[in-house]
Amino acid sequence: MANIKTVEKKTKAQSMGLHTEVLKGKTQQKFFNPDEAENFYYWGTYDVDFNKRTDLDVMNMDCKEANKKIDELMSQGYGTIVIKNPQGKHSLGVGILNKLNLIFEGSLGYFGIGSIDGPTVRVNGRVGWSCAENMMAGKVVIEKNAGSCFGAALRGGDLICKGSVGARTGIDQKGGTIVVGGDAGAFTGFMMQRGRIIILGDVGINLGDSMYDGTIYVGGKIGSFGSDAVESPMTKSDIDWLNRKLNVAEIGDNFDVSKMTKVVAGKKLWNYDALEPTEKKGAI
Amino acid sequence: MCGIAGLIHRGKTSNVGSELQQMLQALKHRGPDSTGYALYADNDGKNFILRFKVGENVGEGSSSVNEDASVYDERKKLVDQMLNTLGAKIIKEDRLTPYSFRYEMEYDKDLMEFSKKIESIENVEILSIGKSLELIKDLGDAKVVSERYGLGDLKGTHAIGHARMATESGVDIKSAHPFWGYPFSDVSVVHNGQLTNYWNNRRVLENKGMRFMSECDSELIAVYLAEKMRNGATLEEGMKDSLSGLDGVFTYFVATKDSLGMAKDTMAAKPLVLYESEDLVAMGSEEIAIRSILPQEIDTYDPFDGEVKVWQI
Repeated sequence: MANIKTVEKKTKAQSMGLHTEVLKGKTQQKFFNPDEAENFYYWGTYDVDFNKRTDLDVMNMDCKEANKKIDELMSQGYGTIVIKNPQGKHSLGVGILNKLNLIFEGSLGYFGIGSIDGPTVRVNGRVGWSCAENMMAGKVVIEKNAGSCFGAALRGGDLICKGSVGARTGIDQKGGTIVVGGDAGAFTGFMMQRGRIIILGDVGINLGDSMYDGTIYVGGKIGSFGSDAVESPMTKSDIDWLNRKLNVAEIGDNFDVSKMTKVVAGKKLWNYDALEPTEKKGAI
Repeated sequence: MCGIAGLIHRGKTSNVGSELQQMLQALKHRGPDSTGYALYADNDGKNFILRFKVGENVGEGSSSVNEDASVYDERKKLVDQMLNTLGAKIIKEDRLTPYSFRYEMEYDKDLMEFSKKIESIENVEILSIGKSLELIKDLGDAKVVSERYGLGDLKGTHAIGHARMATESGVDIKSAHPFWGYPFSDVSVVHNGQLTNYWNNRRVLENKGMRFMSECDSELIAVYLAEKMRNGATLEEGMKDSLSGLDGVFTYFVATKDSLGMAKDTMAAKPLVLYESEDLVAMGSEEIAIRSILPQEIDTYDPFDGEVKVWQI
């Protein structure tokens, strides 16, 4: 009698879209059948030619018009696009999912270059809050300063600011590398989960507060350590990697990386490393 | 979320009314409910400018109770009588809207006592008293308020302003920014953020004789700084003290007759972009506010957490 009741409950749950099986590790991943490969299409991507170059003046466009125009130019095969007069407008250059040389001749407002996957971007100016949020791949170089939440939820790629950045740089960072040539504000690396942050200058209070994982390197003074953040010894592999990264970032010539302070998470979350052991604390 | 903007010309005057209007209009999306200006005008500095209101704007979107316009005239008469009793001599008077006035007056006694007497008249609120401060606030965006009060041609050295999105209190003039730093002449404050120890601080300050006219948490900053200055602190000392005395998230500007200051909370939770050159400082919640008056490529930056800065004209 008890068994019959169980079956009825299970059937009812499944008819409502619920599942009773326990999902484990990689069983949650969906693998594409090779037969389906030709049907696979990464929406919104284009094959572009880097030698095909054009200028786009966005002075009299709002961000939606400007982003639509960039998309249109990529669809025509333009691989190098120079944006003139961005004038601090918000949300420019977002959602670009293919290779592209994108150059901004001026400053951006909030949420610039967010959710990108692949382009190389250079901003010959400043950026506002949440630049390159959720960036997945590519390289972004900011020639001047950046606002708060620089590289929020960054997932991959290199995000470089040659000037100083505001508070909460790399908040919720999940991968990739953030490089800052100047100083950084409070709560740098707040709730950081993966990836690396390099700050050549000073950082504010609560560095690495509530970080789960990842590594922060600081060249200057540290205002204070946040909860869960601890100092870790620098290794030769740290030094080699930092030198390589600064070279790629075109920043910090002759900077002595061996004197930087390395900061990692001081706690171990339950089962965290077992889920995706791509990066180990204290070792690269 | 609100938008704030401010600018100070060092060593010269400029068309600050028009400049601040452009900056605030660029921030309209951050606060469409009301707009306020604190303009430090190029006045002769001899007489006090008294700006006050005798009622609320009850137009579209207002949360105020509708009143018969005839009560405004009655209240104005009472104000005039009180000014006479206090020994203030009205040099010039302008009625800017049915409910708001600008008086030029001669007065040389205690401003706190003066303010208490004037504001003892029902529904009368002093918006500002000063020798250069012109504080204007009303419902509507920056352009609407500027045109309503004729601010476009106003020349001066510095100004702060606010585009308000009402969250903590009503859509009305009394809750709009800037707030006057009662009882100090020529002191005004605008704020973006939320203060979480408003009531605790308010009770303490009221017990010390300070006055609150609204239930807007931002008014606390003006009163807090005024109380510090009353006890001998400089503006900058009061601002630095506020970083620990005020709890919550905030970026605020404060202006006096000859200076402009900014303070940012220790969590840097509220935005501010700053441009600084030898002859001009301009700042706002977003860079587009600064770009509205400086379209050329400029270097700007975000002040850090817990930063306090004060500039002189």
